[in-house]
Amino acid sequence: MIDPVLHAWGWEIPVYLFLGGMVAGFMIISGYFTLKGHHKHSDFSSFYLPHISLFFLSAGMFALFLDLEYKVHVWRFYTTFKFTSPMSWGAWILLVVYPMLLLNTLVSIPKSFRNRISIFDRISDVINRYPALVKNIGAANMVVGAVLGMYTGVLLSALAARPLWNSAMLWILFLTSGLSSAAALVHLISPDKTEREVSAKADNGFLIFELLVIVLFLVGLVTSTRAHKQAADLLLTGPYAPVFWGFVILAGIVLPLIIQLLAVNHKIRHTPVAPLFVIAGGLLLRFVIVAAGQASVIP
Amino acid sequence: MSSRYAMVIDTAKCVGCMDCVVACKTENNVPEGYNRDWIVQDVRGTWPTLHMEIRSERCNQCDEPPCVETCPTGASHVHDRGGVVLVTKELCVGCKACIAACPYDARFIHPDGYADKCTFCIHRVEQGLDPACVAVCPTRCMTFGDINDPNSQVAKLLTSRKWHTLKAEAGTKPSVYYLT
Amino acid sequence: MTTLSRRKFLKISGATVAASAVATSGCSLGNSGAGTKESGIRTVATYCDLCFWKCGAIATVKDGRLWKIEGNPLDPLSRGRLCPRGTGGVGAHFDPDRLRTPLLRRKNRGDEEWVAVTWDEALGTIAEKMQKIKAEYGPEAIALFSHGIGGNFLKHTLKAFGTPNITAPSFAQCRGPRDVGFRLTFGEDVSSPERTDIRNAKCLVLIGSHLGENMHNTQVQEFAEAVGNGASVIVVDPRFSVAASKAKHYLPIKPGTDLALILAWMNVLVQEGLYDKDYVDQYGFGFDHFAASISTATPEWAYIETGIDPDVIRETAREMARYRPATLVHPGRHVTWYGDDAQRSRAIALLNALIGSWGRKGGFYTPQSMDVPAYPYPPYPKPLKEKVDNPGHRYPFAHETITTGIREATITGMPYPIKGWFTYATNLLHALPNDQETIRAMQNLDLMVVVDVIPSETAGWADVVLPESVYLERHDDLNVEWFREPFVAIRQPVVASPHDQKPGWWIALQLANKLGLEAYFPWKNAEEYLEKRVTAAGLSWDELKEKGIIRGQHQPIYYSEGVPAEFPTPSGKIEFSSPQLAQAGFDPVPRYTRPTQGPEGSFRLLFGRAPVHSFSRTQSNPILADMMDTNEVWVNANAAARLDIADGQYVRLRNQDGVVSNRVRVKATERIRPDCVYLVHGFGHTARGLRRPFGKGASDAQLVTRSAVDPLMGGTGMNVNFVTIEPAEDNHA
Ligand SMILES: Nc1nc2c(c(=O)[nH]1)N[C@H]1C(S)=C(S)[C@@H](COP(=O)(O)OP(=O)(O)OC[C@H]3O[C@@H](n4cnc5c(=O)[nH]c(N)nc54)[C@H](O)[C@@H]3O)O[C@H]1N2
Ligand SMILES: Nc1nc2c(c(=O)[nH]1)N[C@H]1C(S)=C(S)[C@@H](COP(=O)(O)OP(=O)(O)OC[C@H]3O[C@@H](n4cnc5c(=O)[nH]c(N)nc54)[C@H](O)[C@@H]3O)O[C@H]1N2
Ligand code: SF4
Ligand code: SF4
Ligand code: SF4
Ligand code: SF4
Ligand code: SF4
Ligand SMILES: [Mo]
Repeated sequence: MIDPVLHAWGWEIPVYLFLGGMVAGFMIISGYFTLKGHHKHSDFSSFYLPHISLFFLSAGMFALFLDLEYKVHVWRFYTTFKFTSPMSWGAWILLVVYPMLLLNTLVSIPKSFRNRISIFDRISDVINRYPALVKNIGAANMVVGAVLGMYTGVLLSALAARPLWNSAMLWILFLTSGLSSAAALVHLISPDKTEREVSAKADNGFLIFELLVIVLFLVGLVTSTRAHKQAADLLLTGPYAPVFWGFVILAGIVLPLIIQLLAVNHKIRHTPVAPLFVIAGGLLLRFVIVAAGQASVIP
Repeated sequence: MSSRYAMVIDTAKCVGCMDCVVACKTENNVPEGYNRDWIVQDVRGTWPTLHMEIRSERCNQCDEPPCVETCPTGASHVHDRGGVVLVTKELCVGCKACIAACPYDARFIHPDGYADKCTFCIHRVEQGLDPACVAVCPTRCMTFGDINDPNSQVAKLLTSRKWHTLKAEAGTKPSVYYLT
Repeated sequence: MTTLSRRKFLKISGATVAASAVATSGCSLGNSGAGTKESGIRTVATYCDLCFWKCGAIATVKDGRLWKIEGNPLDPLSRGRLCPRGTGGVGAHFDPDRLRTPLLRRKNRGDEEWVAVTWDEALGTIAEKMQKIKAEYGPEAIALFSHGIGGNFLKHTLKAFGTPNITAPSFAQCRGPRDVGFRLTFGEDVSSPERTDIRNAKCLVLIGSHLGENMHNTQVQEFAEAVGNGASVIVVDPRFSVAASKAKHYLPIKPGTDLALILAWMNVLVQEGLYDKDYVDQYGFGFDHFAASISTATPEWAYIETGIDPDVIRETAREMARYRPATLVHPGRHVTWYGDDAQRSRAIALLNALIGSWGRKGGFYTPQSMDVPAYPYPPYPKPLKEKVDNPGHRYPFAHETITTGIREATITGMPYPIKGWFTYATNLLHALPNDQETIRAMQNLDLMVVVDVIPSETAGWADVVLPESVYLERHDDLNVEWFREPFVAIRQPVVASPHDQKPGWWIALQLANKLGLEAYFPWKNAEEYLEKRVTAAGLSWDELKEKGIIRGQHQPIYYSEGVPAEFPTPSGKIEFSSPQLAQAGFDPVPRYTRPTQGPEGSFRLLFGRAPVHSFSRTQSNPILADMMDTNEVWVNANAAARLDIADGQYVRLRNQDGVVSNRVRVKATERIRPDCVYLVHGFGHTARGLRRPFGKGASDAQLVTRSAVDPLMGGTGMNVNFVTIEPAEDNHA
């Protein structure tokens, strides 16, 4: 029997981390396509995807807001910057993320959205006059996205009090997982064939890499102190093992990976099943890590 | 040298009566269902050869407090007197990062929404009184004082008796010491 | 092993909130001094009433609202520190379950159906019935059960009315056997607060006295002091108590066999010549007969009874001798265990006599007191009949009134009928053994009055319930204590009562008026009464009101300081062999008999205290309930495993007579013998008005259907019940 857990954080924080991670992935993907000039062929990655990102990010921030116990003080995040506090970093990073996403949407405004808000049209025209600027916007989106993705992991890994989180692999894991979920969504909904193909292929890479990171993450814990080993056991054999193995690893990574490998190699047709599983797996990963992390203690 | 407040608790005398918990509750109006301090009975061995250490626990007022590091708003801070870790409730957003950061589970969210925990009764200490829990303890097993003052009772106890701190491996440098 | 995790603790506490939120909804928390717009801080010195120790306290009121209570630094009992119950006393004032107005029974006794009435109506009804009972059966047919100093005024009214039948559970259910055993030996009681010099003891022997859980303040403080000074502590207890965790020697005795151990200790001291020969020669009487009588009580013999290794018995006996006379074998307090209790207590007295600790530093000091005259009342009418509780002096050494004797007379009508009961600050259904018997007696009454602060189980059976103000809202009698040093203390109101509650003195006075006993109440209010007593003693009334305590001159308390060694026994000496006992047909030197054993597979039911509660009176106190809101049944971890019962699982206890307890969680622990289980007393409330504690935990009192009566003094040994454990059907976590 394990002790009931001190759940400082409930569902809101994992949702926030998941959405944040996915937005990070979107930014990297859409930034990549912008950098590559792909916006000239497709509206999706540089216009719709940043829009989706804005929506996801706002939803994530709303989840965070819901979690705050003193909501009317929320503005206090922005009266100071605390160098040592990832939460503070996060608050400020978000302030950079929004304009970045906005800029990306302005790289190519689809015809149907033209002539609505003239200032946007004008800015878009200016941007497009400087190809280097477009490339920079793409690159900047990739960089900010990467920072955002890392932050979602660092938020937890900075908390040494919870041995499960106390691993440098965590930010790589969350970044990778954010990428794979984002790629899966692009694969799932992009109307553009190239984008779909590229992201499916990339997603396979991300998933393989994620598996590797998880192995390293766990090996790192198991070979560390007793507290860290006990923390890993929560996932490996403990109360969180069924969800971890069954849903995060098997259904969330291995199964979709197999399906997508077959699809990419034209053995089977693409199916929405694989990307959906990847996205669900990404969400569950955050839940499992947040919950099990809070259950892990220094003895 | 500046002052560094500390609490030294003699587990050989503590009977686990919870008077310290009750006194904290009334002194600081700690709401029902929450406590700033608590009792742990650490039992080892098998009947009838047993050993039991009883500890009155609270925020360790760490010298390297992760709760302060992790606080995004500066609500959690180190007080300029005695290195006491405090929360300014007007600054607190209730994000609970400090709760997750504390290896001792010493914090909780007050029903009014802010993070709360032991203050070492700084309001009393600044009036020259002992913290409420120290002042009430019927076994007088708790001693409070400035550990940087070699003549203080706390400093003397630590040089004359065996002691340990909690979860020293967490690296937070606790200021609550347990004599054995 | 089982460490109480902070996380678990938080979770448990969380559950408390949820439950209590329901209980308190719809009733305003007593806002003291409602209507007064007081601001700022004010303090009032008074003394505590959460138990009978009566520690001096200082209450602080902030902006008109009671804030906190701390020890009075002037008070020698508390030395400025209250115990957790005293500190949590604030909660007594705020308790949302408090009685608010006088209540008259509307339906059958025990149905707990009431109509609220005025004080005038309630007291008028009572007076009328009392007069009727008096006319028919005489004033002796009214009995008063009253526990604690608050009852003094009501006692006065009832003595003036003419009854001698006034009693408290503190004798036959608590310390009676101890006082009898010590009286028979030294000619004097240990009294309360106990005259034990724990602070100066170099070796302290605790036989079941679970100091640290039993929170009698001075005792605990001095215990810690002794431990801090490196005293050698020897603890005898079937349970690894908190005190045991401080002990150098822990003796996990088989329950009920302590007398065998004590005899064996004395055997060793005598055989090895380790006892205080000079002391015994000088003060002892009948030593040779005593020595001969215990000569067969060898450690090897005791081992078979107690399970304690003979070497350990020898070693601990030598330890006691090493530090004598500063070796204190604590006399215990709640000693009504097995029916042989007065003799066991006498054996403890004798062991102390061998060590020479009586009258000596580190043993038993001679208490001192201030000379404060009683109020000059007119003499009480002389009752025509003798007390009803002990007909024919069936229990020849009972020097106080036996509660259960009055109960029996109420049922049988012999030697004469009892038709009216008053209870003041005692919850008889939790305090006396065999609650069905108590109910049977109550059903025989024409008048049942309960004066209480909360709707207790006993109040549920009353015809009239009178809501008293809690101690923080009233004056009470002076505490003129017998202690290390003389002092007098005052209890005075700190805040106003939140509803229509009234102080005990007011109730007593009003009732007396209705009974035509005005002559016995020459004062208008308690203040007048107190002031007269205080000034008659030559003390300053203003000083006492302000400081709460006036201390007297320090006086000698040890023989070595010049206290004369006097023993008011028939022989004028310490009676090692007791002619009194022999004459009455009892063993002049204690003799061991094996306690009866329970049915196969059953556990002996033991019980005791938790530091944050007093008996059955504090479970609805919101602060103390927040500390501990239920009890658990302690079961040896191996025994639990054998029964396939998990730690934390809900079970019910069934006793030898088929009585089944409330459901209660198991505490599977190494800290208890495998042949007994343990409950903290006072939980498992069944009174509906006690909304917060209702149904929480198991009541030991309900399971104590049997008791072994002490033939010397009528005490009810209650550790003679056995239970089996069954999983509770609704066994949710
Ligand atoms: N089964 C079992 N029985 C026992 C014991 C045990 O451990 N187990 N212990 C025994 C011992 S040692 C003792 S001393 C007795 C104690 O027996 P009691 O003195 O009867 O103790 P309580 O059960 O607390 O009942 C006290 C009642 O007084 C009420 N009360 C509290 N404060 C006030 C007040 O200010 N005014 C008025 N009017 N009422 C008040 C409470 O609400 C409660 O109903 O019990 C004895 N009986
Ligand atoms: N917190 C708190 N403190 C209190 C009180 C309270 O209600 N709450 N009540 C006060 C009062 S009035 C009294 S009388 C005292 C009572 O307190 P004490 O006199 O100290 O103790 P008891 O209630 O007699 O006994 C309880 C202890 O005896 C052990 N025991 C049981 N059976 C045996 C046995 O056969 N042999 C031995 N050696 N030990 C045994 C139990 O395991 C337990 O540890 O407490 C006082 N102090
Ligand atoms: S008040 Fe003192 S003795 Fe009681 S539990 Fe707290 S520290 Fe221990
Ligand atoms: S014990 Fe916890 S709350 Fe207290 S200073 Fe250390 S980390 Fe912060
Ligand atoms: S809950 Fe309050 S004190 Fe704690 S980290 Fe967040 S803002 Fe700081
Ligand atoms: S120092 Fe003050 S705030 Fe901290 S536990 Fe003690 S009483 Fe409570
Ligand atoms: S021992 Fe505790 S409850 Fe009893 S009078 Fe003293 S402070 Fe009050
Ligand atoms: Mo008692």
